[in-house]
Amino acid sequence: MTARLAAARQHPLFWPAVVLVALLAVNTVYSHGFLSIELRDGHLYGSPVDILRASAPLALVAVGMTLVIATGGIDLSVGSVVAITGALACLRISKLDDQNSVGGVLVAVAVALVLSVILGGWNGLLVARFGIQPIIGTLILMVAGRGIAQLITDGQVLTINSDPYQKIGAGYWLGLPLSVLIAAAVIGATIAVLRRSALGMLLESVGGNAEASRLAGIKARWLKFAVYAFSGLCAGIAGLMISANVRSADGNQAGLLIELDAILAVVIGGTALIGGRFAVLGTVLGAVIIKTLDITVYTVGIPPEVKLLFKALVVIVLCLAQSAAFRAWISRRRPRPARVAELDKDDEKAGALA
Amino acid sequence: MTTVHEPPTEPSQLPGGVSPAPLRSRLSRLVPRQRHVPVLATLALFLVMYGSGIANYEGFSDTQVLLNVFIDNAFLLVVAVGMTFVILTGGIDLSVGAAVALTTMIVAELLQKGWPPAVVLPAVLLLGVLFGTGMGAIIHLFDIEPFIATLAGMFLCRGLSYVIATESIPITDSFWTNVANQKIKFGGFHVSVSVVVAAVVVLVAAYVLAYTRFGRSVYALGGNRQSALLMGLAVGRTRIGVYAISGFCSALGGVLLSFYMLSGYGQHAQGMELDAIAAVVIGGTVLTGGSGFVFGTVLGVLVLGLIQTLITFQGNLSSWWTKIFIGALLFAFIVLQRAVGRRTS
Repeated sequence: MTARLAAARQHPLFWPAVVLVALLAVNTVYSHGFLSIELRDGHLYGSPVDILRASAPLALVAVGMTLVIATGGIDLSVGSVVAITGALACLRISKLDDQNSVGGVLVAVAVALVLSVILGGWNGLLVARFGIQPIIGTLILMVAGRGIAQLITDGQVLTINSDPYQKIGAGYWLGLPLSVLIAAAVIGATIAVLRRSALGMLLESVGGNAEASRLAGIKARWLKFAVYAFSGLCAGIAGLMISANVRSADGNQAGLLIELDAILAVVIGGTALIGGRFAVLGTVLGAVIIKTLDITVYTVGIPPEVKLLFKALVVIVLCLAQSAAFRAWISRRRPRPARVAELDKDDEKAGALA
Repeated sequence: MTTVHEPPTEPSQLPGGVSPAPLRSRLSRLVPRQRHVPVLATLALFLVMYGSGIANYEGFSDTQVLLNVFIDNAFLLVVAVGMTFVILTGGIDLSVGAAVALTTMIVAELLQKGWPPAVVLPAVLLLGVLFGTGMGAIIHLFDIEPFIATLAGMFLCRGLSYVIATESIPITDSFWTNVANQKIKFGGFHVSVSVVVAAVVVLVAAYVLAYTRFGRSVYALGGNRQSALLMGLAVGRTRIGVYAISGFCSALGGVLLSFYMLSGYGQHAQGMELDAIAAVVIGGTVLTGGSGFVFGTVLGVLVLGLIQTLITFQGNLSSWWTKIFIGALLFAFIVLQRAVGRRTS
C-alpha cells in the first residue's frame, strides 16, 4: 500500500466516497446510460439529477442535524417540523382566493418558516435553558408535532393547486432543479459562515465540553439554542420542498422517519454522535449516498421490500468500517478495552479534525 | 418497593395547620425517598386521570375498563420492560417495534407452513435473544453508538418482515386462536393470557433488577460506566445482556401482539419504540441511565393506555389529540424530573 493511499484512507470522507462510487458503479453496470445527463426543454434530465433532487430535502435536514450533533445534541423532531411546516403552508395557500398569487404564496412560505424557527427554538429552549437531555427534549416535539400537523390538516391530506408553490419542490431555474439550488445555497452559506468565521470552532468547542467552553467565555447556551433553531429552519425549508413537490400536505406521513435518515447521513459523513467535531460536506455526501441507495434498489431491480434490508446492511458495513475497534479486530488484534477507547475518543475530540 | 403503592405525601401536600415538630419523626418515614419521587408523581397523575375519568364518564368506574387497558397494552408493557433495562444502562433500543413486527411475521409464516406451536414459540423467543445479543455485541465490542446500531437493527427487522411477505398473513392455528380467545375470569372480570404473561415478566424483571448481581450491575453501569469498570463489574456481559433482554422482550411482545391481532404483518407496531421510550420516561426512569424502576414503567404504560381510553370515552376528540397529550405529558414529566434533580443538587 502506497503512502498516498494510506494518507487518503485517513481522510474522513474516504469511506463514504468509496461507498458512493461503488453504488454509482453498480448502477452503471445495470443501467448503461445511468450517468448520462441530457438537456431537454432547457432542463437537465438524468439519474444523477434525480439523485440530487431527491437528496435536497434530506441534505438540508441533515446539515441542520450536523450542527446540533456537533454541539453534542440530537434533534428527533425534524420529521414533525417537516410535517407541520408543509401542513401550515398548504393550509394558508388553500385559503387564498387565488392560489397562484405569488404574494400569497410568499406570505404562506414566510409564516411556515417563522413557525419552523419557533419550533426549533422551543427545542433549543428545552435543551439550552432548562438543560433537558436533547434526545428527550426533542422527543416531546417529535410525538406532539405529528399530532399538531394532523390538527392543522384536520387529519386529511390537504391538496392544493398552486404553481408558484410547486416550483419550490419541482421547479427549475437555469436548467437546474430549484430545490437543489436552494439546498446548495443554504448549505454553501452555512459552510461559509462556519468555516470563514470562528463559529464552527466555537460549536466544536461547545460539543467537546460545554462547561469548559462557557468558562472560556463562549456563550455555550446561546450557541446551543441557535443550532436547534437553525435545525428547525432547515427542516422547515425541507418540509416546504417535500409538500411542494407533491402539492399536498400529509400530517401523518410527511417526513416520517426522516430524522433517522438524517442522523444516518450525519454519521455516514463522519460526524461522531458524541459531538465535538463535524463535517458538513460529509453529511451532504451521506445524504446523497442514502438517496443513491434508494435509487440503486430500483435500478438493480431489487424488490422494494428488500430495500430496508439492503439499507441495514450498508449501514452496518459503513459503521463497522468507521469503527476503530472493528478495524483493529479485523487486523487480528483484540479489541481494545473500553477504557482505552474512551481515552482515544477524548484525544480525537481535542484534535477536532474538520 | 412497597412505598410505590402509597399515595404521594410530599411535604407541600400535607394539610396545613399541623405543627410539624412532633410529627417529624413519624412523617419522615412517610416522606418518599428521592429516587421514588418520579414514580410517585406518575402514580399521582395516574390516579388523577383515573379519578377524572370516573367523575366525567358514565361506566368508567367499571374495573373492567382498567383491565381492558392492560389487555390492550400487554405487548407494549413487555416491550417497555425490556426497554427499561437498556435505558437503565444509558443505552437505547430503537429496534423493538420492528422486532415485534418481525416476530409476528415469523410466527404467522411458520404456523402457516404447519410447524407445531411448541416449536414456533421457543424458536421466535430464541431468535429474539440472538438478535438482541448480536446488536449488543456490535455496540459493545465495536464501540458503535447504540442509537445507530439499533437503528440498523430496526431497518434489518422491518426489511426481513417484508422479505417474508409484503401482505398480512392471518394466523389460524388452533393453539394460537385458543390462547387468543381464552379469557381468564375472576369475580365477574376477565383478562387475557397476555396480561398474565406481562405480569410475570414485570415481576421477574423487578426481581432481577432489585435483587440479583446482574440487576445491580445494570444500575451501576448506567450510573457511571468507568466506575463500574474500575469496580471490576462485568461491564461487557451486562451491556450485551440488556440488549439480549430487550430482544427477548421484543420477541415475547411480538408473540403477545400475534395473539392480539391473530396475524403477522410487517407494518405492525409502527412507532412502538417511541411508545416504549415514552412509557419508560413517564415512568420516571432517567434516560442517562442509573435510576428508575420497572413499576414506574408499568405506570407509564398505564398512563399512555388511559389517555387513549379517556379519548375514546370523550368520543368527540380526534385520534391525534392522543399524540399531543402524550407530548404534553412527556414535557410535564421531564420538567418535574429536572425540578426534583435540582432540589438535591
